[in-house]
Amino acid sequence: MTDAFAIKIQHAQLAYGHITEPVLQDLSLSFPANQWTCLLGRSGCGKTSVLRKLAGLLEDAHWHGEILTSDGQPLAGRIAYMAQQDLLLPWLSVLDNVCVGYRLKGKPVTQVIRDQALRLLEQVGMSENAQALPQTLSGGMRQRVALARTLMQDQPVVLMDEPFSALDAVTRHKLQTLSFELLQHKTVVLVTHDPQEAVRLGHQLYVFEGNPARARSLPTLSTQPPRQLDSDTAQLQEQILKRLEVDHA
Amino acid sequence: MLDVLTKAPVSASTRRGSWFKKVWQALLSISVLLVLWQGAITLWDLPNFILPTPLSVFDVLTERYPVLLKHTWVTAQEILIGLLLGVSIGLFFALQMLLFTPVRRWLLPILIASQAIPVFAIAPILMLWLDYGIASKVAMAAIIIFFPVTTCCYDGLRSTPQGYLDLAHTLGANRWRRLWHIQLPAALPALGSGLRVAVVIAPIGAVVGEWVGSSAGLGYLMLQANARMMIDEMFAALFILSLFSVALYFSVDWLLKKLIPWHA
Repeated sequence: MTDAFAIKIQHAQLAYGHITEPVLQDLSLSFPANQWTCLLGRSGCGKTSVLRKLAGLLEDAHWHGEILTSDGQPLAGRIAYMAQQDLLLPWLSVLDNVCVGYRLKGKPVTQVIRDQALRLLEQVGMSENAQALPQTLSGGMRQRVALARTLMQDQPVVLMDEPFSALDAVTRHKLQTLSFELLQHKTVVLVTHDPQEAVRLGHQLYVFEGNPARARSLPTLSTQPPRQLDSDTAQLQEQILKRLEVDHA
Repeated sequence: MLDVLTKAPVSASTRRGSWFKKVWQALLSISVLLVLWQGAITLWDLPNFILPTPLSVFDVLTERYPVLLKHTWVTAQEILIGLLLGVSIGLFFALQMLLFTPVRRWLLPILIASQAIPVFAIAPILMLWLDYGIASKVAMAAIIIFFPVTTCCYDGLRSTPQGYLDLAHTLGANRWRRLWHIQLPAALPALGSGLRVAVVIAPIGAVVGEWVGSSAGLGYLMLQANARMMIDEMFAALFILSLFSVALYFSVDWLLKKLIPWHA
């Protein structure tokens, strides 16, 4: 496994296409190694764009600002991306979907790799469905497979763009805990609309507020994630909601 | 596992029942058609050279089947080879337009303009260039089908969901592997739609070619029968052509459902 590293964004600015007014301004974020950092904010404030910039997917946008890594190496090729949709390829079985990274890199999918994929499927509780096609699975099961595919990539940085938002409350809770357990030794950046999710999982929290948006760091709880929901987490959630409400007004 | 989607198992008896229902419906439709056909002849006292009776057409089918089979084989070859050629050309053009922007800019208007020329107008030129044999009919069938295949396939290739392309990027795919593993499979349902249209119109190309100039094939047989006022033979040829086209369509449809199960 590759060692996780920290990422820093310094004084960044983002504007889309022909629009001269920036969406993000003076953006400074820090994503410590082996920790979960959650980004919250109203829709369209630019938090997904930050994630896409880190993943090398941002097009038709003007970005100014530095992205630094603690090991001084470029970020490209060391990122795993988990989107809101599971993005499982419907023509491949669950097992082949987990191994798809090898096919796309032109590497042969050997028995050793298949065994490794099966072990990961077992970790996410999906080994019994290894030969099934994605369309026969429920939303929660599909997202578990997407998690196994992300783990199979074995990248030090994992970017997650609301991966649990389409799931029901119980499945979401289970998957949050599972993802946290399996991605413990990685630098994780999670974009979410759900303050409860952020409070449960985040070592660090940022709220994007204002127009153009700036990232404000929020104080986190002394307990370690994944946190039990208690009065402290409820208080922090309320604090986040209030900040978000101000921004929506 | 609680969150598994539960699908009601389809029992063998249910499947058999559904199959019988389909056969029954088909037989009923054919019977109604035959009764209407015979009814029209009786009602308006139509002579055999205007509309032959179903029975006389059946007689031709049973008595002259060696001749009909011989000509069916010729037309079938023209349709199938034409399909293969037309689909290959369509796929090739679609890929060129996807991969090379200048090709797309030049080729698309030419392709659209080519469809403005009626296929009947091209047929005599093809006879001149490719002779009266099978080649000119294959070319006709291929010309008539390559456009729907090209447009459907091109549309499918360029509308790959952005999420899949993002995934391919983050998984380190180059342009060719992305095309092979993501874009082409994602375009299969669209290509399937083009193929379904192609199998329906390919017989038109082949038969038009035979009408303009040929020495064999169902189109040729229909022209000869018409000239000799053997209308029952003409209907028999028409019946075989329809049967072949329908059989081809349902075979391709079945095959596509098997090959593209996620779109069925």
